[in-house]
Amino acid sequence: MAFSIRGSESAELAPAALLPGAGWSPLRTMLKRPTGRAGLVLLTLLIVVGAVAPLLTGIDPAAVTGPSLAAPSVAHIMGTDAIGRDLFSGIIFGTRSSLLIAISVGLVSGICGLAIGMSAGFFGGAADDILMHVTEAFQVLPRFFLVAIVIALFGPGLDRLIIILGLTSWPVLARVVRGEVLATKQLDYVLASVALGASRFHVFRYVLVPQVLPGALVLVGLIMGQVLLIEASLGFIGLGDPNTVTWGILAGRAQGLFRAGWWLAVFPGIAITSGVLAFNLTADALSSFVQGGRDTAWPSSST
Amino acid sequence: MYGIHDLAALRCYSALSRLTNRFVVRRLIQAVPTVLGIVLLGFVLVHAAPGDPVLALAGENGDAAYYEFMRERFGLDRSLPEQLLTYFTRVASGDMGVSYVQGRSTVALIAERVPATLLLTTSALTIAVLVSIPLGALAARRPHGARDVGINATVLVIYSAPSFWLAQLAILLIALKLGIVPVQGMTTAGSAASGIGHILDVARHLALPAIVLSLQELAALVRLTRSGLIDELHRDHIRTARAKGLSESRVLLRHALPRAALPAITVIGARAGQLIAGTVVIEIVFGWPGIGRLMLTSIQTRDTPLLLTLFMTIALTVVLANLITDLIHGILDPRIRVG
Repeated sequence: MAFSIRGSESAELAPAALLPGAGWSPLRTMLKRPTGRAGLVLLTLLIVVGAVAPLLTGIDPAAVTGPSLAAPSVAHIMGTDAIGRDLFSGIIFGTRSSLLIAISVGLVSGICGLAIGMSAGFFGGAADDILMHVTEAFQVLPRFFLVAIVIALFGPGLDRLIIILGLTSWPVLARVVRGEVLATKQLDYVLASVALGASRFHVFRYVLVPQVLPGALVLVGLIMGQVLLIEASLGFIGLGDPNTVTWGILAGRAQGLFRAGWWLAVFPGIAITSGVLAFNLTADALSSFVQGGRDTAWPSSST
Repeated sequence: MYGIHDLAALRCYSALSRLTNRFVVRRLIQAVPTVLGIVLLGFVLVHAAPGDPVLALAGENGDAAYYEFMRERFGLDRSLPEQLLTYFTRVASGDMGVSYVQGRSTVALIAERVPATLLLTTSALTIAVLVSIPLGALAARRPHGARDVGINATVLVIYSAPSFWLAQLAILLIALKLGIVPVQGMTTAGSAASGIGHILDVARHLALPAIVLSLQELAALVRLTRSGLIDELHRDHIRTARAKGLSESRVLLRHALPRAALPAITVIGARAGQLIAGTVVIEIVFGWPGIGRLMLTSIQTRDTPLLLTLFMTIALTVVLANLITDLIHGILDPRIRVG
């Protein structure tokens, strides 16, 4: 298991991430692996595309600019959809909204997961019990369906999508962070520094935070990849915000048009897969650093 | 001598079973607040939604008399605590309201669709388990060898691809180009086949959706089996087994795999929500007549009572799946029962 919440396994691995002055070594370790390089390149590329989207295409993705269902050509590199909207500009602008959703959810769930996991591990006792029960309850909530019903009841919108996904994606992170904090608290050098009179704040700031952050970052990366997939599925079944173009909404337009326009199914799918791959590969390479080069499995418990 | 041993074993066993019972009871009690929380969430969602809650329960195109009837039925004219009580009593008795589009009990509508969905998910899960173990073992044989890298890369791409896209590609490449299997539905329209003919017809329709649905589970399980086996094959008991002269396949199958399988069970259980979400999407792409299609219709027709019941059914199924996983895990790994 990649991130055991049992203390002993994490404890063995502790020193790897703790070397003093290890500031840039995560990046260096990640770049050493071909998968890490691929992930970082892909991620950078997508962020750049999202950032400069209007410079890459002059066509409004929502405007009807060509014949309907035109096959890929010079004028429309990826063809057009059933009513003649340009697919290429849709994908370019979709990069922006899809990444925005993933990163916002990553931030919200990262903050929730770190805060809850840290408090549970740090304070222990009753606080730990209560927080972990809450975490378990959140963990079994099926995110996809919760977002689906909220959007069906409240109407579509990016805000509620981000809030609901952010508020339901943190349990795995909280559990892993808690486990890491509990394990680290018991390490000899931490006990020694406490015995020497280190304050709780000192232990928190200089021991727990640096110990927990790299692993947390890995999970946030994996969460963002999953969020892209969930968003895509929601857009696909028609629960996306009709005022925004996302990869999922584009993919949904292919439904029923397989014979007439293969490009409508193929290109949005490639975009989504490369986005998710970018997050998964980067997280994967980073986790091999956190674990000192050990092989990893994906975190399991995320519904 | 034997007698004493038997007695010791018996004592040990009865202590173990007491422990198991206590564990089962404790886990069941732990699940109660979660279930209540999910039911409460349904209530909160309906009341927090913009507009009159009766609209969420009865739909938007009922007449005044029907709204009055629903208001009375769900006690919407009474105080909030009273409403909550009415709501819990109704849910407990399995009365989740009526689909205003189809005019029938939402619970009955869902129950009708469950067998098709269950057939699809269990087939997919079976395929995933059967294929992932040999693939994972093949990859673990020589870590970072050519086979391992190939399997890993394929699995990572599959894991990162949205399931509806894999389904679309499967339809484009296999069903439309090669024409081996049908693209839509569960049975051939107008076919009156029964018995063996009917089973074969369903199997032909099932093949593609089940394989596509299995891919994501397969990807997760291959990774897990692989890393579990790599960890396991370095342990002392494996060295002992090899030193005893056991064949490599016996070492793998009898000594390494069972221990590596424990996390796999956890993952299958923990992924229940994702599996159901995947099923919904796959059903929509392939026109499979299960709860996914029902969900799509209920979204399109804004059939909120049906959608709410669907959400609660799925959420409770996920809780149940987690519970069962924990219990199986507890039976297989005695350490968990104590912890």
